[in-house]
Amino acid sequence: MAATTTVPSAGPIAGSRSFLSRLRDGDEIARLITFLFAISVVLVTLLLIFELWQGSALARHKFGLQFFFTRVWDPIAEQFGALPFIYGTFITATVSLVIAVPLGIGAAIFLAELAPARLSDALEFFIDLLAAVPSVIYGLLGVFIVVPLMRDYVQPGLKNTLGFLPLFSGPAYGVGFLTAGIVLAIMVIPYIISVSREVLMSVPRDQREAALSLGSTRWESTWKVVVPFARTGIMGSIFLALARSLGETMAVTMVIGNTPTISASLFSPGYSIAAVIANEFTEATGNLHTEALIELGLVLFLLTFLLNGVARLLIVITAQRSGGTAHA
Amino acid sequence: MSPRLRWRKFVSGFMLTMTGVCALVAVSVLFFILGYLVYHGGRSINWNFFTKLPTPVGETGGGMANAIIGSAKLLLLASLLGVPIGFLGAIYLAEFSGSKVAFVVRYAADLLNGVPSIVIGIFAYSLVVLPFKHFSTLAGGFALGLMMIPITLRSTEEFLLAVPRALREAAMALGASKWKTIATVIVPAAYRGVLTAVLLAFARVAGETAPLLFTALGNRYWSPGWNQPTASLPAMIFAYAVAPYEDWHRQAWAAGLVLLGLILVINIVARAILARGIAVPRA
Repeated sequence: MAATTTVPSAGPIAGSRSFLSRLRDGDEIARLITFLFAISVVLVTLLLIFELWQGSALARHKFGLQFFFTRVWDPIAEQFGALPFIYGTFITATVSLVIAVPLGIGAAIFLAELAPARLSDALEFFIDLLAAVPSVIYGLLGVFIVVPLMRDYVQPGLKNTLGFLPLFSGPAYGVGFLTAGIVLAIMVIPYIISVSREVLMSVPRDQREAALSLGSTRWESTWKVVVPFARTGIMGSIFLALARSLGETMAVTMVIGNTPTISASLFSPGYSIAAVIANEFTEATGNLHTEALIELGLVLFLLTFLLNGVARLLIVITAQRSGGTAHA
Repeated sequence: MSPRLRWRKFVSGFMLTMTGVCALVAVSVLFFILGYLVYHGGRSINWNFFTKLPTPVGETGGGMANAIIGSAKLLLLASLLGVPIGFLGAIYLAEFSGSKVAFVVRYAADLLNGVPSIVIGIFAYSLVVLPFKHFSTLAGGFALGLMMIPITLRSTEEFLLAVPRALREAAMALGASKWKTIATVIVPAAYRGVLTAVLLAFARVAGETAPLLFTALGNRYWSPGWNQPTASLPAMIFAYAVAPYEDWHRQAWAAGLVLLGLILVINIVARAILARGIAVPRA
């Protein structure tokens, strides 16, 4: 009995003595204060997920999975189906990647493999600045430059040459899926270049030298050795760009036309998840409308969460692989 | 030279040229954007833009003085929220935490960083606008501050970790307690990096529009105090660009020029601070 009381009490006293001395030095206080700030980041993130889940409860219960497969969006009849918005989001993101991936990776190859270090760094500086341009500025340029260009030249041109494809049919409004995709492409190219360049530059030198010494041309060493080596990292940059495309609001809202349609034609005006939230949230009539919009927000959150996770994983894998090979 | 080799060399030269063209296109977009904004914005900008309120719909003239002040107030609030949490949180991660807590905090920060800005807007709406029952500068500042946290946190942590071990050990060996080491040795050694991190986070949220749409809302008049809806430059650009008035388009260009100028200057300054050398070499 005596032993059981003394043994536990000895521990806390010894522990608290050092705790007290650390407290006097201020370490424990500093630790506690900084801990509170750090943990608040976690709490805020959890709260965000909780609010999105809680805020969309009504809509989730009422519509269930039908929400994703219905195309009627009628606030007055309180019928909400997200299909046109999901469709628009994916189509614009796809168009943007089709344009941005070849351009971005091409430019990254140039910067990492060909350009002298000083030129590469200088260009990278400009590309970083390009990544800092706010999306509303891209939207502004989209409205006043891209839309008229599309309406007067690009869309009629495409129609005359490739008009037999359903993709390029219908009247040329200027606004629509194609225009939104192009503006998004301009926005995400800097991200693809930045990350891909970094990944390509981390490919060990001996990979290139081995390929060249076997008699391959410079392009063959780049395309058949360096790029495959960096493939996972480049995929990561593409996923990152995709996540940005899906979540982008302003630039898309300004040029997509804001009409909930599902059409095979890229010329058709459409709508995206982010754009409908931006346009209708403040004017939402009734709880169900607001909750349906919050559910769309939840969908957007989950999509970008998944894509960002995959992207980071791919980039980390590449970094480890090149690191490992460099050491070996 | 065999035809086969000649062909391979041709392909090589051609493809490499194409990559150069890609780089040229990507970079020329920046100069095009800048040029177009300077051209259009420069023609539209005048003294009234900085000093006058927006005129009633249909009248020409007026300016965006209220939006400029509104943006300044929003960014002040955002910094008051984002910088302390980001900075002190980063100190915890870099100096105090075990690997498990650090992993959770980093994961949460990366998650928060990836959240689309419009979703941050929804969050700020349900957390600040709904309880207070009206749109306000406070809610807008909260939304922007949330976005600053992860950017400040992650880059500050990186710069703190880059401070060489020897400096820490030297301070400890002189008998300094841990927090004294942090306050007098580590943070001063990393201050350029930390300053860069904060400036870049500031520049990033300065142009954010989506989170302001249903938090700060917008206002055609002055917004006294912190509890009223307020105008802001990015939201004004959006509203004016999609409106059907010629004079509003002119002012949208002017506002775009001012906003982009501000953001690019902050970015360049931040990079210049860093390029002049962090006080310590990377370990």
